Amino acid sequence: MKLEGKKRVWAEYQKEIPDDHFFYVRSCIRQTFFAGSEQTFLKIMRDDLGKDVYEDPRHTTCTGIGYHGDVVPFETIQTVVARHFALATEAGYKNIAISCVTSFGIYTEILETWKHFPETLEKTRENLFRATGRVFDLPVSISHASDIIYKFRDEIARKAKYNLVDVSSGKPLKAVEHIGCHYAKMFPKHGIGGAEFPHVLVGMIESWGGDVIDYPERRHCCGFGFRQYLVQANRGYSLSASRKKFESLEPYRPDFIVANCPGCAMFMDRWQYTLKELDGITYGSNETGIPTLTYEEMAGLILGYDPWEMGMQYHNVQSLGLLKKMGIKADPAKRFLTKDGSRLPEPANLLNS
Amino acid sequence: MSTVTKHVLVAGGGVAGMEAAGALAELGHRVTLIEKDQKPGGHLKQWHALFPDRRPADEVRKYLSRRIDNRNIKLFTGVSVEKVKKQGHDLHIELSDGSALTADAAIIATGFDLFDARRKEEYGYGIYDNVITSAELEDMFNAGRITTADGRKPSRIGLVHCVGSRDEKVNNNHCSKVCCVTAVKQAVEIRQKLPSCEVFCFYMDMRMYGPYYEELYRESQEVHNVNYIRGKVSEASANINNRLVIKVEDTLAGRPLRMELDMLVLMVGMEMSQAGTRLAEASALGMGINRFLETGDHHYGNNLGHVKGLFYAGTCTAPMNITDTISHARAAVTETVRYLTTR
Repeated sequence: MKLEGKKRVWAEYQKEIPDDHFFYVRSCIRQTFFAGSEQTFLKIMRDDLGKDVYEDPRHTTCTGIGYHGDVVPFETIQTVVARHFALATEAGYKNIAISCVTSFGIYTEILETWKHFPETLEKTRENLFRATGRVFDLPVSISHASDIIYKFRDEIARKAKYNLVDVSSGKPLKAVEHIGCHYAKMFPKHGIGGAEFPHVLVGMIESWGGDVIDYPERRHCCGFGFRQYLVQANRGYSLSASRKKFESLEPYRPDFIVANCPGCAMFMDRWQYTLKELDGITYGSNETGIPTLTYEEMAGLILGYDPWEMGMQYHNVQSLGLLKKMGIKADPAKRFLTKDGSRLPEPANLLNS
Repeated sequence: MSTVTKHVLVAGGGVAGMEAAGALAELGHRVTLIEKDQKPGGHLKQWHALFPDRRPADEVRKYLSRRIDNRNIKLFTGVSVEKVKKQGHDLHIELSDGSALTADAAIIATGFDLFDARRKEEYGYGIYDNVITSAELEDMFNAGRITTADGRKPSRIGLVHCVGSRDEKVNNNHCSKVCCVTAVKQAVEIRQKLPSCEVFCFYMDMRMYGPYYEELYRESQEVHNVNYIRGKVSEASANINNRLVIKVEDTLAGRPLRMELDMLVLMVGMEMSQAGTRLAEASALGMGINRFLETGDHHYGNNLGHVKGLFYAGTCTAPMNITDTISHARAAVTETVRYLTTR
């Protein structure tokens, strides 16, 4: 493989990411499954990088899952997103930072639609005003939260307490990066590095000392695929897509998987448990699972955050082996304790526990 | 033979330009032939053998070299025509080296550029070691060695048709016409040179429009066992052994297919040349929606430009094969001579 070729592609797909003052919109499913990741993002931004990130509690779902599940019409979702823009406008923010890849795809799709079909923008303004009395300005920039961490990856590297390195051998950890389909496959120009060879997570991994695995099914969907998962009868598709990826990446013996999409992080984590139950197969070394991280968790580990405070113990595949490799001392006994020592509910059937 | 000696500029020293220059010189006209490369011959310089009969490309190169071996022709290489402007009865021509000249007429034969395969990012050209273009395969034929980047003899090669042609995603709706038959020719050559190597062609349609093309296509299957799969390759990647892995839809079998290959050859199509585009823009010549030069009339004025005294020859107007390019160049000469003798 020629790295120069990838660098050329990466150079073509760079986008302007603002330096400060973000209106942050959360993800529905991340707040359920990886609530600590969004908190970690805010902590990194505010405490480590000194940035202004604003949240409005009136922000709602973008209805993206309903839209992709064919139960929310396009006109409706445009109006919902317009309301988000109105909240940002009212708060004086022009830079939207989006936690969810589905929402990011929705926002970019709607903005592109408004650009090419201005009458839909006017209709949406009318609908929003009629429904809520609100008006809005178009945002100046739309960034996925991983774009923002990517932008500050070198600054994070300078503050690093740990690196993506096996402390016992000094060798880089081997990482599988997985990009949500709706990040750049619909609009490559909106993704750092484009759709075929995205750089957004590669850039973080390399800046923090790791090596990236380029495996044959790298671009394949994680298996979430709204209708595959949400329609129970279709879940076999979801599972088989994930299995295809695991089988393809297994020979490279990755130390961990990192994803920038809520669904991807969830499915690449939880389907490992399901596949073990169904097929009796695990895809990590020595019959263990492969820890699947969010990029905020990866950044948090680099900055020395407590993995249990970030909620990493609530992944199906536990990260104890990975933490040890990185030289991070995290007491397994404290995984399911609160700060004041109360017991948290402990999930059953964890892998690598 | 024409009795009136005139000065004609021919822009481009590829197949069309060489044929046009030779024909004009033969008729007694003074010809200035301008070629941007250091040697004339265009893309033919790179080609090993030609379809449909796999005759050595050198035979046609030699024919064209003889064609311009005429004292009426002055050949300038390493310089390109940048602008053409009508000035009274003459044409004022500016060259890339800053010099200028006048001519009674001019033939634009600036040809084509091969599609830059890097623009089809999903195939990983320039990233994966053994993804090459059809032109690079000709280099291998010329060198007499078909090997992977690490020097191994390939056991399975795939050829992807329509790379950069008939593809809205890269803004090329046109068919490049010659890629299908080039793929068939190259597939046969691979099978002849490496009999144990399996060859798969991935195609949308097989456009065997020229004489003996269909026969070659049939021979490739019946005699050489070339495999044809109707479907576009959606992506290429490499596995842990650095073998290529492609995904393709077999539209006849109605199922997706994943295959390991040692080499993937991209049949790159034709686009208007950059030099031609520069010249067309600077001279306001007008280009069609396919970005090739727009001709005076699609049916009966296919060598005519919109400037009097300016004529077009060859693939600067549309993709065509060598046979048609030579015929088109001769037709451009006919139009030029008619203009010079009747103006």
